[in-house]
Amino acid sequence: MTTTTPLPPKTERPPAVRRRFAAARPAAGFAVAALVLFAGAPLALSDFRLGLLAKYLCTAMVAVGICLAWGRGGLLTLGQGVFFGLGGYAMAMHLKIADAGPGNLPDFMQLYGSATELPWWWRPFANPVFAVAATVLLPMAVAAILGSFIFRRRVKGAYFAILSQALAAAFAIWLVGQQATTGGTNGLTDIQGFFGYDLDDPVNQRMVYFVIAAVLLLLIALARQLLHSRYGELLVAVRDSEERVRFLGYDPANVKLVAYVVAAGMAGLAGALFVPAVGIISPALVGIVPSIELVIGAAVGGRASLTGAVLGAIGVAWAKTALSEEFPAGWTYFQGLLFIVALAFLPGGLASLAAVVKRGRAGRRLAGDTA
Amino acid sequence: MTVILGQLFTGVSIGAVLLLIALGLSLTFGQMNVINMAHGEFIMAGAYTTYVLQKSISSAGMSLLVALPVAFVVSGALGALLEWLLIRRLYLRPLDTLLVTWGVSLMLQQLARDIFGAPNVQTRAPDVLTGNITVVGGDDPLTFANSRLFILALAVAAVVALSLTLRLTPLGRRIRAVVQNRDLAEVSGISTARVDRTAFFIGSGLAGVAGVALTLVGPIGPTMGTNVIIDAFLVIVVGGIGQLRGSVIVAFVLGALQSVLEYSTTVSVAKVLVLVAIVAFLQWRPQGLYTLRTRSLV
Repeated sequence: MTTTTPLPPKTERPPAVRRRFAAARPAAGFAVAALVLFAGAPLALSDFRLGLLAKYLCTAMVAVGICLAWGRGGLLTLGQGVFFGLGGYAMAMHLKIADAGPGNLPDFMQLYGSATELPWWWRPFANPVFAVAATVLLPMAVAAILGSFIFRRRVKGAYFAILSQALAAAFAIWLVGQQATTGGTNGLTDIQGFFGYDLDDPVNQRMVYFVIAAVLLLLIALARQLLHSRYGELLVAVRDSEERVRFLGYDPANVKLVAYVVAAGMAGLAGALFVPAVGIISPALVGIVPSIELVIGAAVGGRASLTGAVLGAIGVAWAKTALSEEFPAGWTYFQGLLFIVALAFLPGGLASLAAVVKRGRAGRRLAGDTA
Repeated sequence: MTVILGQLFTGVSIGAVLLLIALGLSLTFGQMNVINMAHGEFIMAGAYTTYVLQKSISSAGMSLLVALPVAFVVSGALGALLEWLLIRRLYLRPLDTLLVTWGVSLMLQQLARDIFGAPNVQTRAPDVLTGNITVVGGDDPLTFANSRLFILALAVAAVVALSLTLRLTPLGRRIRAVVQNRDLAEVSGISTARVDRTAFFIGSGLAGVAGVALTLVGPIGPTMGTNVIIDAFLVIVVGGIGQLRGSVIVAFVLGALQSVLEYSTTVSVAKVLVLVAIVAFLQWRPQGLYTLRTRSLV
């Protein structure tokens, strides 16, 4: 039941030059983003700030998926933390095993248990290829199984949102419960190496940042291609009128499933890269609260716009660090207000601000315009 | 045998708590098809109301009795305010309501933290409710906690009161009319806006009552609402939106399931298994146990 915004009335055809300029705009924007990420930020920011930016960029990767699933597909997934966590834990498990060296157990297992060998489901993660593949494929597989159950039976809207939220809660509770094999509340901490590179070394931290920035740009490009394809059109059509799409002979369940699975894969990749950037993955990063925080970044920036969602996620993550250190209580009020203002009064997010203002003016000019 | 009966009673008492929490939510969800994430914080408001009343009323039994109506009004007023300020602007966009009310819930939690402090607080239960009733004596005794029995009675009373209100009073007729067909109710001369606000008042008030009940079984803290709200949502999803009998049956079934699974596995594994069971159930009945018959294609 998403309201569609009608296009503003066309007044004049743009001149050919302007049309060509408009066609080149995405490419130009992409180039500017690449320049800022690869040249501007490393030059302007200290190593510490660059590390923080790497963390924000990981949330932006999740936001790309949320833009796809929620902004374009209308699937409000409040459980992206699960996929973020699956990717993060897959990566962290491999790095813990690698840190411990052959024959040794990760430190927390020696601390908690009488365990003398790795649990069976940890063992495959010793293989780096398996672990890296699992960071993306595991979340996608979980999303595919769950999504096909949910979408085929036409469970949707609020039902879907609540189920995805329950999934996040159950996942976090399960992780805490399995202390001996998952590290419990602490999670997997103190990760030192990244495929043979020492993460304490600032040079290697910089490399991790560059990898993250490159992956983010790649995901944005991928999402853009997807959204501008036939599939992208279909996704919006399903969001706006699922029944009509069904009558046209498509299966909306498949359309939604693809968006959900791709978003899960992006969140998994983000979780995997978050681990070397921050050195920890824990249940506190995958439960209900972080899952909703991931959504709010995209909502504030503009859920339906890739640029809006990405910038919103980075901005909100930055604001959280900046404000919550200084005023922990104030930040919570501010965050609550952000939710309310962004969703109640500016549903398109900041990305729609220009359009809203323009429409407001047009509305004043044309009396009786109901938009 | 007593072990099984004991487990069964635990399940029923979990179900009673779930039911009390879900009851008001079911009303507001069914009424406006909006999801109120701040419902958990209305529960918290009810619990803190009990705490504050106990500071001024020395008798624990008396303060509990006073707390029930006062918490109903306090939480109900909060709900009506929320409806008036935000929700009525949003009811064509139910998914956005979910996130907006989550924002409200964040702010209410922080407000509670600022007023009462972050650590949990406790209330004294009345002496009558602290003991146990021994149902079967002997070497292998079966005892029921009085507080749990009280909550069970409270849940039953709330269900009876709500269903009588919905069935017999003019207000109840109007609420049912709006739930079944909002447009038709509107053209029949029912002020849907006023019905919405009243339904929100009652639903949120019931959250306050649930909050009073929760003070008997656990600590009171700023995050107490978040911990229970997801389970309450699941009750409604499985029971069917706006279906009272669905919520009643499902609350007790989920409570029993949770209790049995916790007994045979661990708490955390039980949570995951309950969720799996719910997804499996939705394969069978995607719209929940009971559905409102409509001609809508969706």
